[in-house]
Amino acid sequence: MIPAEYYLVLSALMFFIGVFGFLTRRNLLAVLISTELVLNAVDINFAVFNAYYYPEHLEGFFFTMFAIGIAAAETAVAIAIILNVYRNMGTIRLKSLKKLKF
Amino acid sequence: MNILNLFIVIPLVMLLALWASRNLRQIRSVMVVGSTLLLALSVYLTIDFIAQRGAGADAPFLYTDSWTWYAPLNICYSIGVDGISVAMILLSAIIVFTGTFASWRMQPLTKEFFLWFVLLSLGVFGFFISMDMFAMFMFYETALIPMYLLIGVWGSGRKEYSAMKLTLMLMGGSAFLLLGILGIYFGSGATTMNILEIAGLANIPVNVQYIFFPVTFLGFGVLGALFPFHTWSPDGHASAPTSVSMLHAGVLMKLGGYGCFRIAMYLLPQAAEDLAWIFIVLTTISVVYGALSAISQTDLKYINAYSSVSHCGLVLFALLMMTRTSCTGAILQMLSHGLMTALFFALIGMIYGRTHTRDIRELSGLMKIMPFLSVGYIIAGLANLGLPGFSGFIAEMTIFVGSFEQPDMFHRTVTIIACTSIVITAVYILRVVGKILYGKVKDEHHLALTDATWDERFTVICLIACVAGLGIAPMWVSSLIDGGVANIFTILHP
Amino acid sequence: MEFTIFILALPLLSFLILALAGMKLPHKVAGLIGTASLSTVTILSYVTAALYFGAGRGADGLYPTLTPYNFTWLPFTQNLHIDMGIMLDPISVMMLIVISTVSLMVHIYSFGYMKGEKGFQRYYAFLSLFTFSMLGLVVATNIFQMYVFWELVGVSSYLLIGFYYTQKAAIAASKKAFIVTRFADLFFLVGILFYGFYAGTFSFTPDVRLLASAGIVIPVALALMFVGGAGKSAMFPLHIWLPDAMEGPTPVSALIHAATMVVAGVYLVARMFPIFIEFAPEVLHTVAYIGAFTALYAAVVACAQTDIKRVLAFSTISQIAFMMVALGVCTSADPHAGGLGYMASMFHLFTHAMFKGLLFLGAGSIIHAVHSNERAFMGGLRKYMPVTHITFLIACLAIAGIPPFSGFFSKDEILAACYDYSLMMGVFMSGVAALTAFYMFRLYYLIFWGKSYYEGQLALFNKGQISEKPHAPHEAPLAMTLPLIILAAVSCVAGFIPFGEFVSSNGHAYAIHLNPAVAISSVLLAVAGILVAAFMYRKGGSKVVLTVKVQSKKFIVAAYHRFYMDELWIFITKRIIFRGISRPIAWFDKHVIDGFMDLLATASQAFSYRIRRLQSGNIQSYCIWFLHGVMLLALILIFLV
Repeated sequence: MIPAEYYLVLSALMFFIGVFGFLTRRNLLAVLISTELVLNAVDINFAVFNAYYYPEHLEGFFFTMFAIGIAAAETAVAIAIILNVYRNMGTIRLKSLKKLKF
Repeated sequence: MNILNLFIVIPLVMLLALWASRNLRQIRSVMVVGSTLLLALSVYLTIDFIAQRGAGADAPFLYTDSWTWYAPLNICYSIGVDGISVAMILLSAIIVFTGTFASWRMQPLTKEFFLWFVLLSLGVFGFFISMDMFAMFMFYETALIPMYLLIGVWGSGRKEYSAMKLTLMLMGGSAFLLLGILGIYFGSGATTMNILEIAGLANIPVNVQYIFFPVTFLGFGVLGALFPFHTWSPDGHASAPTSVSMLHAGVLMKLGGYGCFRIAMYLLPQAAEDLAWIFIVLTTISVVYGALSAISQTDLKYINAYSSVSHCGLVLFALLMMTRTSCTGAILQMLSHGLMTALFFALIGMIYGRTHTRDIRELSGLMKIMPFLSVGYIIAGLANLGLPGFSGFIAEMTIFVGSFEQPDMFHRTVTIIACTSIVITAVYILRVVGKILYGKVKDEHHLALTDATWDERFTVICLIACVAGLGIAPMWVSSLIDGGVANIFTILHP
Repeated sequence: MEFTIFILALPLLSFLILALAGMKLPHKVAGLIGTASLSTVTILSYVTAALYFGAGRGADGLYPTLTPYNFTWLPFTQNLHIDMGIMLDPISVMMLIVISTVSLMVHIYSFGYMKGEKGFQRYYAFLSLFTFSMLGLVVATNIFQMYVFWELVGVSSYLLIGFYYTQKAAIAASKKAFIVTRFADLFFLVGILFYGFYAGTFSFTPDVRLLASAGIVIPVALALMFVGGAGKSAMFPLHIWLPDAMEGPTPVSALIHAATMVVAGVYLVARMFPIFIEFAPEVLHTVAYIGAFTALYAAVVACAQTDIKRVLAFSTISQIAFMMVALGVCTSADPHAGGLGYMASMFHLFTHAMFKGLLFLGAGSIIHAVHSNERAFMGGLRKYMPVTHITFLIACLAIAGIPPFSGFFSKDEILAACYDYSLMMGVFMSGVAALTAFYMFRLYYLIFWGKSYYEGQLALFNKGQISEKPHAPHEAPLAMTLPLIILAAVSCVAGFIPFGEFVSSNGHAYAIHLNPAVAISSVLLAVAGILVAAFMYRKGGSKVVLTVKVQSKKFIVAAYHRFYMDELWIFITKRIIFRGISRPIAWFDKHVIDGFMDLLATASQAFSYRIRRLQSGNIQSYCIWFLHGVMLLALILIFLV
């Protein structure tokens, strides 16, 4: 069996790639994708901890399912917002979106 | 029903009535009825208070009452008055009453103006009837905030700047004040906020007193125009509309002196005794410095504002001299300065309303054009420079005689320095009188101006009558105040 | 003596009536109200004097001090309180007579002099106010009541000097008078405070043991009080306000700045005399030296003035200085052994009030006739104004000290007191007295003799050199001449009043007896002064005058400018106080203190601009900060906890 640490390393890598992408990408869509990476990293953690340490419980799996569902809805909303931003501002580059600043 | 509650209830009802009123006539009638009621009530209170004292009621505070407001922090709405607060309530009622007439033709947003005006007076009355430190602080803030809007909206000149400066500096003072109040509360064992009870406990450790006396005194001192925190006063007064100047210089600045005496000195007597010298130096500077600055000002309101710095400095000075006579003098000076300065600001407002300038270089020969206002101005000036027969004289003399009871060199020297202010006052008052009232009319346009209208005459005559009344028959006010001071002195100089 | 309250109440009442309703009253009615109340006051004063002195001396040989009224007006402490009341003793009764008499004369005189002036009612209101305050001052039962009324006379003087409030000179003069005396009053006040603290009372009769134990403080307090008196009584260098005060209407000058208010300082010293002589004789002698210098200074300046009212003003300063000297040279309270000066001073105060009031009223009548104060417009007036001429001459003789006019007797006593004190002082004051005779007769000859300005103008008009026909000077109306005649009559006989019977330094009767040596020498000196003046000025501009003028031009110019004391005043007020102190302070306040407050505001604003960049609106940068924070917390949790 693959040791749990492998999964955890994968999840950590995904998380930080996601964070890095979130912080550095200039395109809203790329930022959204990075967010998904972060979420999925968390999902992996849930699943792994559940399967390896508490096999008699199912909360981790349920939570993963729940998070995937939410993520889907969230992505839909986010993409809708991004589309509207594009329509109104003509761009989805983060640097040029400064309307809500002081 | 404790009649002191009416001093809160009447302004509240006035606020509601103002909010509901539809036209100028209704607004005016609400104001006149309300302020007359307040005046009548305060006169009744004064007479009844004296009668009760005469009948042998010798508790330190009369008309006491208390309702718990927030038990965990021992915050109560406790009320009660002694001779000092009765005098201050009377003063406030007179100023609110005359202020109403002084702003008879206030434009624009008349309703809103009076709403804030009444809220301000609510705060002032609440402050003077409270015996609970927290309630006092709350009312104090209630009185301060409307000032920002009153100056910022209805003022003149650099009104936004002045309003902001005034509010910020006074709020800065409030911050110190809150700190001081909390220090006193916890220093006395966090059992009560009631002034009388804290004074009765007398258990604040001396080192705690040393920290919180300067903090509290400074907090109130900012409002009492203590040097070097007085600079809000000239700008604020210059920009404020007439009745607001009257109320501010006449009553609000007195909150400072009253608080210094009632809270800082009464509750922290040991520190007051030991640290007074620092503030004596500052107030002596206030007195002389304010008067000297007034000499070379060219704006009538600035002259008066600096004069207020000087006179209010004298109030704090006298309090810090810490003899019974000088403290009585300080309260008398608060009364007298409140009335005189209200009269002055009312007159300046009326003159400004006609000539549209307050620059003494542009005004001349007003005696010919508006004799009533000019005579009023001369009387106000003479009262201000301490002519016998007006209130300024008795207040100043009581202060100086009282200060002389401190026989050491330091107190003597500062007293003599403070005495010189009476000469300097004469210089700037006579300079203005000579420049703007006497002489020939310079500006052709001024010849078409008219003298005072009936409401203005009424305001001026009321105030002059008060100033002269206090000056001619000072004994009863003096003994009224002396009773209150005596009680505080059982703690201050046991 | 309960009726004495009306002596104070009536002028106050007429002031209130005239001040509140005056503008609506016709001139005549307003004047009559003032004059009627004053006549009643005068009658009451005479009745008071008759009853008081008529009642005779008590068992101890003194006139009793009566206090028909005294109540606590303003309590300070157990012992210290301002009382208001009426105290009658020989000097206050004497002052009542002086004040009410002169004031009544001025009230009557003003009917003619102020006729048709705008503000006639206001004028009478102020006169009533002044009379009230002055009477209150002299009957004061304690030093603080005196101070209260002292301030009130100051302000009524201010209001009356500034009566013609559209004229620049009058405004400046009134301001100056008030501020200078106020400055002196500061010392007075501090003196009172010291006195009150150490004597434990404000009354004139303190506990002597307390005073004795106070040591040096009592002389200091008395010296400070004297400075206050010097301000009101125009002692050098605080005299500068008095000559300018002549900008007021002339009857006012007669009443306030010659006869009554300016002697308040002398009265104050006389009031405190028992304490002075007991505890501070050296201060008293200093008073004498200051007085002597002032007398000389004012007499010299008077010789060079051309404005007739100014001459009289300086003459007043000089004469008041005589009274101060007389008080100052006292060495004991016994009139037979060095205390003569007290009686002499009060006597001179009395006679001086009468003849100086007369001189001023006479001057007013002349000014009324020629419409100018300058002597250049006068000359040869004796033909046109006979009554004024005779009465003026009587007053001049009185002030010069020629028997049998009143001034001779009082001045003689003063000189005798000076000789008692020291020969130096006596000789010096005799010299000043001779100078007095000289400048008064210089004035007299310049006005009434010499070339007539009117006739000169008339001649020019007849020749056609000027187009306007000059007005002939005319005698004043009866309202004005009547007071002149009455005062002249008083000046003729007042010297024969046995003044020492009523007033003396220890209260016991003292028979005035002339010291023949002093009397003869002083009369001779006065006559010499008059002769010199007659020789120089009778014909107007004689050769001698010209030579003297050329010989001592610099000195005369300096004297004309009053030895530049006024320039010094301007320098101190304008340059030092206004520009040197007040302006810098105002600048300091605006730029340094207020600047500091503004700096606090600007600094916090600048700081907030700085840190608002953090709030960029860029979520990514927020997240970086967030991440850093989380990592920091994680590190802390891992390594420190």
